[in-house]
Amino acid sequence: MLNQFRCSLSSFTKRHEFYLSLMIVLIVAVLTFTSEDFLTLGNIFDMSVSSALLGIMACGLFVVLIAGGIDISFPATAAIAQYITATYIVMIGGNFMIAFAIAIVVGVLLGMINATLVYKLKVPAIIITISTLNVFFGLLIYFSNGEWLYGFPDWFMDGIELFTFTGSDGYDYGLSLPILTLVGMIAVTSFLMSKTRLGRQIYAVGGNADAASRIGINLFGINLFVYGYMGALAGIASVVQTQITQSVAPNSLMGFELTVLAAVVLGGTSMTGGKGTLFGVVLGVILLAVAKNGLTLLGVPSYWHTVVTGLIIVCSISMTAINEKKQALQEA
Amino acid sequence: MEQVLNSLKLPTDKNIRYLLVILVGILAVMAFSSGQAFFSIDNLQSMSSQMPLLGLLALAMAVCMLTGGINLSIIATTNACGLVMASIITQAPDSSAMLVLALFGGLITATVIGLLNGALIAYVGVSPILATLGTMTLINGLNVLISGGSVISGFPEALLVLGNGSIFGVPMPLILFAGFAIGLWALLEHTSLGRTIYLMGSNEKATRFSGINTQKATLYVYVISSVLCWVAAIVMMAKFNSAKAGYGESYLLTAILASVLGGINPDGGFGRIIGIGLALIVLQTLESGFNLLGVSSYLTMALWGGILILFIFLQKNKA
Repeated sequence: MLNQFRCSLSSFTKRHEFYLSLMIVLIVAVLTFTSEDFLTLGNIFDMSVSSALLGIMACGLFVVLIAGGIDISFPATAAIAQYITATYIVMIGGNFMIAFAIAIVVGVLLGMINATLVYKLKVPAIIITISTLNVFFGLLIYFSNGEWLYGFPDWFMDGIELFTFTGSDGYDYGLSLPILTLVGMIAVTSFLMSKTRLGRQIYAVGGNADAASRIGINLFGINLFVYGYMGALAGIASVVQTQITQSVAPNSLMGFELTVLAAVVLGGTSMTGGKGTLFGVVLGVILLAVAKNGLTLLGVPSYWHTVVTGLIIVCSISMTAINEKKQALQEA
Repeated sequence: MEQVLNSLKLPTDKNIRYLLVILVGILAVMAFSSGQAFFSIDNLQSMSSQMPLLGLLALAMAVCMLTGGINLSIIATTNACGLVMASIITQAPDSSAMLVLALFGGLITATVIGLLNGALIAYVGVSPILATLGTMTLINGLNVLISGGSVISGFPEALLVLGNGSIFGVPMPLILFAGFAIGLWALLEHTSLGRTIYLMGSNEKATRFSGINTQKATLYVYVISSVLCWVAAIVMMAKFNSAKAGYGESYLLTAILASVLGGINPDGGFGRIIGIGLALIVLQTLESGFNLLGVSSYLTMALWGGILILFIFLQKNKA
């Protein structure tokens, strides 16, 4: 028993997730000592809300990367889903179920366009999705004239709030819609990737597409699924974002693709597919969120935030690369 | 369609023929719809002064893509060079020694960034997309930090002429672009480093085992890419008469788009500079033409993406 534990511990220390956790624990420890606001429930809820969008989209991109693809167009997908959903809510009304349903349908459809193009044209997915990013985003701004949407009904503005309590700073906190959705999506993605046959197939396709195809996995089907899933999560994230900001600007999500990509690869997901864990992705998101929040609490000017994020990314990917090199040498 | 293509028996590859067909198509549409205005000297001049900035950035992207890599930090590098040069020049705008010093400072900045990218990729072993994503974030952060997010402006005439002047009616930016494009073409097709770059894109391992120092070549490639960004920075400063963190961010994906449309294989190994030149002309004709017709620039952006997909589709169907 003890031996087994020691064995699994020693294999864990070799893994990327170990170093990430270590880094997070270190940062959290420093922040807890230096800022008394950091380790309060209120602040933790704030952090979760502000990283909900990043977290949900990271789950989707994780699945695409595992399958050996990449999607750059999801901010545009999210923006279109957001615009259509918001228009429906403002004009007709409805409830959260309907809002999510519309956003998911739009997201899945656009994701499947990506999947079809990537699969049929056999060109690197990054090229196809850069093109579709241009197409989706250009058309959205053209048809919407770049107009903002606001004036949502009360049920939407109020959102959902469970287990509310009043924090030490006098504000009310609770399990709000962004947090619930974030946790839900992490759970769904985790179940999908580790407990279902489809999840294993996605790993297989990412590991070696030719081999996967020969043992009878439908590559086109897997492609449709992963890009559709990415689209669906982009749609869900867009509704959450609308609820947080209480308004819709067609260009508010632009440029977000590289931030999400950074969070996912920070978590150790391989760009060539087949390798990576959702746990790592969650750690990557947490690391970025904690670092940003910590810098704000410590009163560091916001000019520094991007520099620190950049340093974290460069150090982390270098560490991963050096580790992989060492392992490859040992195996050889 | 088949006959049209067959009649175009040019001594070039298929990509370039397709681009020519698309270009002729666009020109025909323009001739019918806007006629005089499109083919006026004014319009041609404004087109050829707009294209070079994207062109230089596309070259910077393409040289990395030829080795099978990618450089996501081109815009960040361009802005970094711009900010360094701008802050040196504005110390003494009238002194020509200062201008030379500024240009030199920009070149050093570019080289340092190129070496960082190259070292991360070649020696540490990070994949190019991740390494340059990281350096992009880092440099963007430094740009904002150092400039405080503000605009630096007020450059001497000697610099501005590079963006707005012309020689015999040919805009200066176009001359700069042509010079560097020809230089890069000569490097790629007539030097051993150029051979190495194409070989690495086809099969990196085989190249290494045949005794070529691929690590050093990678380092060179990313430095060349950064230096092209430095030239782009000069053109950008001269055109805008200012430098600021965050300028031109929309050019990043457009530069990839232009390179791929120009026939650069994103997996590396194939593609020629002349293709990029043609692709840039296609993109610029579309943009200026639609602008004349009063079509929204966002619709043009959508069409750029659409054309790339169409182009890939045509290529795949014939292959």
